[in-house]
Amino acid sequence: MEKFVQIEKVGQTFDTKKGKFVALRDIDLTVRQGEFIALIGHSGCGKSTLLNLIAGLTLPTTGVLLLEDREIAGPGPERGVVFQNHSLLPWLTCFENVYLAVERVFGAKEGKVKLKERTAAAINLVGLDHASAKYPHEISGGMKQRVGIARALSMQPKVLLMDEPFGALDALTRAKLQDELMKICDATRATTVMVTHDVDEAVLLSDRIVMMTNGPAATIGEILEVKLPRPRLRLTLAHDPAYIDYRAAVLEFLYEKQAHVEKMAA
Amino acid sequence: MSALTMSGDFGLEKPVDRSTPAKGPVAQIPSRVDMISQPAAKAAAEPVKEKKTMENAATEPLATRISETLGALVRAVLPPLLGMLILIGIWYVATQKGGSIPGPVQTWDAAAKLFADPFYRNGPNDQGIGWNVLSSLQRVGIGFGFAALVGIPLGFILGRSAFLSAMINPIISLLRPVSPLAWLPIGLLVFKRADPAATYTIFICSIWPMIMNTAQGVQRVPQDYLNVARVLALSEWKVVTKILLPAVLPYILTGIRLSIGTAWLVIVAAEMLTGGVGIGFWVWDEWNNLKVEHIIIAIFVIGIVGLILEQSLILLARKLTKESS
Repeated sequence: MEKFVQIEKVGQTFDTKKGKFVALRDIDLTVRQGEFIALIGHSGCGKSTLLNLIAGLTLPTTGVLLLEDREIAGPGPERGVVFQNHSLLPWLTCFENVYLAVERVFGAKEGKVKLKERTAAAINLVGLDHASAKYPHEISGGMKQRVGIARALSMQPKVLLMDEPFGALDALTRAKLQDELMKICDATRATTVMVTHDVDEAVLLSDRIVMMTNGPAATIGEILEVKLPRPRLRLTLAHDPAYIDYRAAVLEFLYEKQAHVEKMAA
Repeated sequence: MSALTMSGDFGLEKPVDRSTPAKGPVAQIPSRVDMISQPAAKAAAEPVKEKKTMENAATEPLATRISETLGALVRAVLPPLLGMLILIGIWYVATQKGGSIPGPVQTWDAAAKLFADPFYRNGPNDQGIGWNVLSSLQRVGIGFGFAALVGIPLGFILGRSAFLSAMINPIISLLRPVSPLAWLPIGLLVFKRADPAATYTIFICSIWPMIMNTAQGVQRVPQDYLNVARVLALSEWKVVTKILLPAVLPYILTGIRLSIGTAWLVIVAAEMLTGGVGIGFWVWDEWNNLKVEHIIIAIFVIGIVGLILEQSLILLARKLTKESS
């Protein structure tokens, strides 16, 4: 499906104590089914705001967002969200955290046994069988984030939305989870929109990189199509001239074309 | 002296120092002083000790561990015990010259008699101290239970709705500083009987901390958890049972702990005014009988019961939050 998610003339204005604050303006973007999109930009450029709009957690001031030609009017389980800080409920085990989502989406049609199977399958997908009965405070940050991904995937969402999912992790754990995410996305053909500030992550994972201009009143600056063949291997790509070119293009956008506002703010 | 023998001295000193009269953990302190003040005598015993240490090398860590736990126990128990002894000592000295306040010995004798039969009944105004404490606890329990039943849901509603919160908060702020005893006449008027009036006073004083703490807890539920609920589009029932209740539970328990403390303070005063059976009434009755030693006993009993109530709630809170965190 060519026009799976459509974002048309979307703007977002917040009312603050100092008056109106224009966070986003004139956002136009179409996401194909099965596509992996990275939103990248300097902090404060509204990339999380845009993700929240797709999630339906906030509604746009102007314009409209569509998923399969239906307006996004609020949050819903067909758009699974992986939050930046995992947001697992601390009083539930990893299994129960995922089960809560599974039960909500499939509980009406399926029995308990089937629901538990689904939950176990989602946890297996992220390789956490052994930690299933543990509470979030008993596992590492990387594992928590994997449970968060399992929770989002277990709902079989039409779109997977990720808000800097690996931002709080150390570099080695991050690389491992990126590889796992690539495998999962290849296997499930999930349509994914991910917010990131990591250039390597964006180039490695994405089909297209949406680069945002600096806020306030941020909008889409450039869109870079990443035509690297899949499956992609981190080590091979490191010396791939195409990979290096893509990387340079993103860096150039971030640090030359969009550097001036940063200076003004400093 | 080598570090090895030092670390083992708790285990080894006991058989050697039979001359020391004091026994138990306290004896360790004088025996250490001995070691420093009599280096010559100790030096003579040294070879024997070294040999023993060699023999006991295998059990050495165990001995060290025992001595460490003993030391920790002494440090934990000694100061409060000492404080108590000093308090009783001051009391003893102050009352030695006679006067209207009975000394610790008289009080102890009276307490022994009193607790020999705590559950007797000689008519409605003469019952054992056990019955008095139990009926006070019952009043606190009922008043407190009703306060929880009303206060916790009300706190939830106020925490969820900014409008209702703005509507009710000024009323709470106005009524909260009022002494619960000021409500007692209203209670007597409405219920026509002393017993429900006292219970109602407990209800009034317990309800404020419950409402306030629950409402605060609801307002402080992290937005992340609520976002999860929104993304999953959970039903309101699931939001309450799976997210709000567990998140607010620690706040509710704090509210309960605060209010049970106040309730136990207030019940004594309320019962003094209403009469009947109860520890507060009993204090007043013994004052009328001029049995001052019984009043002192009552003070201790009230203190101990309050301490137990508070500690058991702290324990409960720790257990519940450990399970949920």
